[in-house]
Amino acid sequence: MDSSHRPLSATSQHSIASERHFDQADASQAGSSRLKPGAQLTLMRYLQDLPDADVPPSPVPPRYHTGRLPNSKADDGKPRLLLMGQRRSGKSSISSVVFHKLPPSETLYIETTTRIKKESMHSFMDFQVWDLPGHLDYFDPAFDVDNIFEEIGALIWVIDAQDEYLDAIMRLNMTILNLQQSYPNINVEVFVHKVDGLSEDYKSDTFRDIIQRVQDELSDNGYENAPVSFYQTSIYDHSIFEAFSKVIQKLIPQLPTLEALLNSLCSTCQIEKAYLFDIMSKIYIATDTSPTDIGSYEICSDYIDVVIDVSEIYGWDRPVENGNSEIAETGNNDAESLITMERKGNNYLYLREINKYLALICLMGDDSPAEKKAVIDYNVGVFQAALKQVFPRAEREGPPTVTEE
Amino acid sequence: MNTAKRQKQRKVLLMGKSGAGKSSMRSIVFSNYVAKDVRRLGATIDVEHSNIKFMGNLMLNLWDCGGQDGFVENYLTHQRNHVFGSVAVLIFVFDIESREFQADVISYSNIIRALSECSPGAKVFVLIHKMDLVQARLRAQLFEERAEYIRSASEGFRDTVDFFPTSIWDQSLYKAWTQIIYFLIPNAGTIEALLQQLAEVIDARELILYERTTCLMVTHVTRGTEGENPFTDRFERISSILKTHKQSMAKHTGIPAGSANFAEMQIKTGRFMFFITRLTENTNLAASIPPSEQVFNAARVNILLVRPKFAELDVASKPRPGIQQAFTHSAESEGRERERGDTHPSIIFQHLVPEWVALHMGYI
Repeated sequence: MDSSHRPLSATSQHSIASERHFDQADASQAGSSRLKPGAQLTLMRYLQDLPDADVPPSPVPPRYHTGRLPNSKADDGKPRLLLMGQRRSGKSSISSVVFHKLPPSETLYIETTTRIKKESMHSFMDFQVWDLPGHLDYFDPAFDVDNIFEEIGALIWVIDAQDEYLDAIMRLNMTILNLQQSYPNINVEVFVHKVDGLSEDYKSDTFRDIIQRVQDELSDNGYENAPVSFYQTSIYDHSIFEAFSKVIQKLIPQLPTLEALLNSLCSTCQIEKAYLFDIMSKIYIATDTSPTDIGSYEICSDYIDVVIDVSEIYGWDRPVENGNSEIAETGNNDAESLITMERKGNNYLYLREINKYLALICLMGDDSPAEKKAVIDYNVGVFQAALKQVFPRAEREGPPTVTEE
Repeated sequence: MNTAKRQKQRKVLLMGKSGAGKSSMRSIVFSNYVAKDVRRLGATIDVEHSNIKFMGNLMLNLWDCGGQDGFVENYLTHQRNHVFGSVAVLIFVFDIESREFQADVISYSNIIRALSECSPGAKVFVLIHKMDLVQARLRAQLFEERAEYIRSASEGFRDTVDFFPTSIWDQSLYKAWTQIIYFLIPNAGTIEALLQQLAEVIDARELILYERTTCLMVTHVTRGTEGENPFTDRFERISSILKTHKQSMAKHTGIPAGSANFAEMQIKTGRFMFFITRLTENTNLAASIPPSEQVFNAARVNILLVRPKFAELDVASKPRPGIQQAFTHSAESEGRERERGDTHPSIIFQHLVPEWVALHMGYI
């Protein structure tokens, strides 16, 4: 794909950057030094793994997933997210934008999905995303229903808000009622999609209408209080990431603990808002329980881009300098970043890499972090330690030279 | 050459056929537009003037000249002296997709002729724009062909004209403009020398000086192995990273993009430490240093101390009394005695080195 057609938005920057880098790396170093074993796993190391994200970089089975599935029999199964909905509702676009960082404008050229597309995400939590073509009836006896729905974590139903949606609702309800019998624990998440093209009033009317119709029809069929949630989404802003964040959060059993930890961190350090981000997908897996607004999520998400982009530029494999670079590089493994704004009363941003996959990002108010930085650093350290107890397996890998048990 | 560069205001003409992308370019570089925002721009009527302050003593006087035939005719006839007089730089924009390339070149020759008549000392930059519309593998070749053809039509400027392929959708725009700005900066050599010394003192791998509002690079200093950094376009990339971040902050906090500046940004990892901080009124300094807390802190302190020195450089080309004033002012605000005459930059560093050493020791 031609990279220079892409807009200069934050996310596409990133994708241009990584593509270019690979061209150069392949040309100049023939891929050998890129895989140097002594390299440590920090932000940029991680970033370089990005294009290989579908395939775990090592033959060792991934050990990072922590999610437990409501329906899972074997605990080594990956949570599965099913993307379903009418054809042309935007399922493939969503998965390309969220998981492959495709610039939204390029989704116009995605071809119709004709078969089930399975993608696995190797990240803080391993999960699979299945993109199901809209024109098939999955309850046809020809399909192995169990195979599709057995281990799913969440069913995401995409409805095109700009289109006639009655059919979509009918099929959604049919699906819910069918699934309810065999898999009552499935979370059904409805994305009212493509809302970017609607006016503010029309948007909320449509949204309310869809909720109303789904719930009415379900209760008509005797299914009260169905576990169905609704989100307004668009790939042209951050709303799709926010919706995905909430979907993923439901699959994390430790969420209340995480939230409590973040809450206490916030109150101790007078942090306005703290997010725990999955660096690669820019999905946040937890935040403190103070009210969220999309603006602060967007700031944090763009901020990750800045840090990753700069890290990429200066995080190249340097030749060993006088033999002492090994020692120098063990100094500070976790990436850490701080932005202070010029004008008084503006937010400060603080980022700290928590482990290979997660970063903590805090928005801070008027209080100057210059004086409080030490306190924040210390408390974040405590938070990091606590997180290790919550996710013993999510612990950061030591340098590969250390033998493991 | 040098004396000509001392002028405070430098007139820059931005010309090219209607629709070539002159105003889009200007809005992105100087007015905090995002690439997709330029769709909102209408045609430029006659000439739009803008003044952009750069590094204190450099004031760009940018003339964005509407490219419709009627206007161009007018520039070449009635306003010939007005438009083409005392020009420092002419930036001529060609649209790579233009169907009438020959006609564009003829119009270019006319303008070049007027320029050589009215300001023979001017410098010409030719930007071949909208390169993103050409297939990637054909780009280099097509660019070379066009550049050669345009060069042959450049008459008196044949040997000095510079060509850049550009596109508003990637960093190439920043690359071209960085070169243009570098040419215009009157005291680039002095600034570089000073930066080089600073880099030695703080043991920086790389120092990059950026203009604050446009995020364009003024100059940079690279030391040691950093020269082998595989990202040869990193300066432009950082420009566009900074710009994107600024826009994001502006968008989500509701501050106008012009003032959504950060005071400082730090990024520390196990492989490098990086920070950007204010250096002078109009510039930010980005420093990439080895991953070590004490070097980092020492670097920050030293940059804080060296600020007045760079501020002086900014006003150095003002008339004499101004210099005296500036010196008194900076000496007072600095709160340390320094002789009036010590304009040589190394002296301040001699003051600095012991402090840096002390700080260094303190951390060990």
